[in-house]
Amino acid sequence: MGLQIIRPDTRINFLKMRYGAFLVSGLLILAGLLSLVVKGGPQMGIDFSGGMIIQIKFDQQVELSRVQQALQGADLPGLGVQRFGTAQDNEFLVRTSASDLVSDAARRDVQANLDQNLAGIGFEIQRLEMVGPRVGADLRAQAMEALFYAILLIAIYISGRFEQRWFPAVVMAAGLTGGIAALRWLGLPMELLVVAALLITIGLCWKLKLSYALGAVVALVHDVFITLGMFSLLNKDLDLAIIAAFLTIIGYSLNDTIIVYDRIRENIRDKVDMTLPKVINLSINQTLSRTILTSGTTLMVVLCLVLLGGGVIHDFALALLIGIGVGTFSSIFIASPILLGLSKIADVDLEAEAGREADTVAV
Amino acid sequence: MKMSLRIRIALALIGLLLGGLYALPALTNLQGTFLGKVLPESEIRLGLDLRGGMHLTLGVDIPRGVANTMAQFGQDIRSEAQDDGIFILRPQVVNDTKLEFTLARGDQQDQFERMLRNRFDNLQILSKQTQEAGQIRYAVSMTQQYRAHVEDLLVEQAIKTIRNRIDQFGVAEPDIRRQAEGRIQVQLPGLQDPERAVAIIGQTAHLEFKLVDDQADIDRALRGILPPDAELASMHTRNPDGSVSQTPIVIKRDTLMTGEFITDARVSFDQFNQAYVGLNFNARGSRLFERITGENTGRRLAIVLDGNVHSAPVIQERIAGGRASITGRFTTEEATDLALVLRAGALPAPVHIMEERTVGPSLGRESIERGLQAALIGGALILVFMLVYYSMSGIVANAVLCLNILLVMAGLAAFGATLTLPGIAGIILTIGIAVDANVLIFERIREEIRRGLTPAIAIDEGYSRALKAIVDANITTIIAAIVLYQFGTGPIRGFAVTLTLGILASMFTAIFVSRIFFDFWLKWRKPGTPLSI
Repeated sequence: MGLQIIRPDTRINFLKMRYGAFLVSGLLILAGLLSLVVKGGPQMGIDFSGGMIIQIKFDQQVELSRVQQALQGADLPGLGVQRFGTAQDNEFLVRTSASDLVSDAARRDVQANLDQNLAGIGFEIQRLEMVGPRVGADLRAQAMEALFYAILLIAIYISGRFEQRWFPAVVMAAGLTGGIAALRWLGLPMELLVVAALLITIGLCWKLKLSYALGAVVALVHDVFITLGMFSLLNKDLDLAIIAAFLTIIGYSLNDTIIVYDRIRENIRDKVDMTLPKVINLSINQTLSRTILTSGTTLMVVLCLVLLGGGVIHDFALALLIGIGVGTFSSIFIASPILLGLSKIADVDLEAEAGREADTVAV
Repeated sequence: MKMSLRIRIALALIGLLLGGLYALPALTNLQGTFLGKVLPESEIRLGLDLRGGMHLTLGVDIPRGVANTMAQFGQDIRSEAQDDGIFILRPQVVNDTKLEFTLARGDQQDQFERMLRNRFDNLQILSKQTQEAGQIRYAVSMTQQYRAHVEDLLVEQAIKTIRNRIDQFGVAEPDIRRQAEGRIQVQLPGLQDPERAVAIIGQTAHLEFKLVDDQADIDRALRGILPPDAELASMHTRNPDGSVSQTPIVIKRDTLMTGEFITDARVSFDQFNQAYVGLNFNARGSRLFERITGENTGRRLAIVLDGNVHSAPVIQERIAGGRASITGRFTTEEATDLALVLRAGALPAPVHIMEERTVGPSLGRESIERGLQAALIGGALILVFMLVYYSMSGIVANAVLCLNILLVMAGLAAFGATLTLPGIAGIILTIGIAVDANVLIFERIREEIRRGLTPAIAIDEGYSRALKAIVDANITTIIAAIVLYQFGTGPIRGFAVTLTLGILASMFTAIFVSRIFFDFWLKWRKPGTPLSI
């Protein structure tokens, strides 16, 4: 036998800790929410809001204030200069909010001002990204659509494949698309549509007693929301790469949740003499070793990316780091307790579901 | 149904072979060697974020293009009508879409409308108004179908022109694609001089020859008082110190000739070693130019490019032979670029740069180095960890992990996919997912062994019980990846592709191939040896 981190006879009562966990999650969500409200919504990068980023590398040490001063004369509305990467890199990011600026003119303007005001210091424009306002709006709509369809498809897949209840899954899909079509017809913006899609999904899962799907969807919304809040707290911009990270987090969070759920269902079938809370606790404990190992190794790799991957990929990796950490937490402390809570409130017969599953497997 | 061990080993070896076949030429440069000739020609294309280059989204100004077409219709209607002895006054484009003009004699209405129906069946009459003295004011527009056709043509023509210009600019492997809503995506890998590329691509290059109105008073013109047939323009001149100054000049509104008759444009140098652009006209252009210069000898002819006057030489004599030149104290580079865009043809409508992403080559190289370094260190940490944690089984996990990465590389090469920085992140995430599959299986086997099962049964149980969880978990990730691919652009798509490839590869390696090792071990071990896991 190799090493062991978690002793096989570990029996931690995770369900007992659920209120503490809810509190932690609640506080994290609240902090993020407050930050979002104070800042008037998520901080959009140029991908979504339009604008320009110019990354400049100097061949020697330059103070941030000198670069800022040197660019004062440039005709760049909403100018912001910040250091990029480490101090030794001598790299700076110049941002402007001017969305109808011509990239070519801005490039020349920056070049001329630096040449004039920082004479003798060589530099190179390493990267220039300009997104016009129309494209920005389109990219924003596309990203929202991506999030929406991801949630839709995943909810359908879980209810169908995982609970073997394709009919309610199809009903839910129809309800969701119908509801969204109606809202779209009313001319609501995409941001509201995504929120509406989430509420409809959760409502339908509840009504149709799709308890596993509900737990999984709540858990992934929890993860994305906390990551979003953290990004707002850290003053990080949302851009296309971060949306990709969010979708990856959704995938990972579900992955984690499903493995615990899978075990719960198996144990409900096998250990008929146990109460549901005991089964859930046992299942989390049995999969704990795997959860810690997988999250540990994945986080290790993502941490390498954050620390060594370079500036361009840093925020993307950071989003993954936060999201995967939170996703691991939520699959243990959020998704499973919700399953228990729902079975009490909505009177869902999990054993019957497991039984149905057993039948289909036997066939 | 269980496949025999031999068949499975054969399948795994085929996988390994195919992986190597595609991954090898992609990873190393085998060109010219024996291997390079035998192996398939595959390569992993690097995205612009890794190799440096430029990504542009251009928007064609369709309303302007439509307005230009309408103005052209105005000229055509007037001259066609003139041939029939009908007189049309003041053709004028309104709101980019409507052409208004006046029929001079109301009694020619039937004749004119018949002509319009017969020769301009793409136009429809919107309204007509009888005015004093029997004149009729018409408003016409394009039919819905024809307008759609014109818009389509505008974008196609713009793409053709941009392609011509880029070809002459000499960028290897440019990628030009049409997108929805009159947008054009241009990708120029490995570009050294983005500023110049933008200038060349975006220049409309609408060349016009117009007469200078020498009678007009510049001061009065600057105050807005102009003769009815003239307009104020600015003339660009280059000073000896290299700066450009602009001086106001009054030119006639009527265009005598446009650049559409140009067959060739080249840079030449005059006796002062000053660069100028020499033009050659086609036969029709030659005749036109000869007539213009003959009729206007002694007057100044303004050469107007995209609304700016570049030079206004005095016409010395009638110029026959279809040659003209544009002088304007250009730098050699400016003259070269001007010749280039004139040769490549004019854009039918102005294009605007809606999105630009430029990555310098040094940053690209640095990014790929750092990304690979992070991936290698992350991968190495996992290899060490798995080895320590699972002993012999850890070796199995590590072997299939390496195979997994090889297959992802081969997949990228075989599909000609583009590797981007987020793509490298995708590979790293894939490593995590592949490890997860093995961890799930191994933990399950450990559980079964603890329950006192023999290694053979424990392995069997471990694989079959873990399989369902792995499949469910991976399918949800693939769903997320598909959505990413569908809605993402550029680098995001790269991430989605590597993630999907990685998941598929990990299903094959972590479930199918790793099992072979265990079955092999079960077959050849001494009875009673415990499983090292």
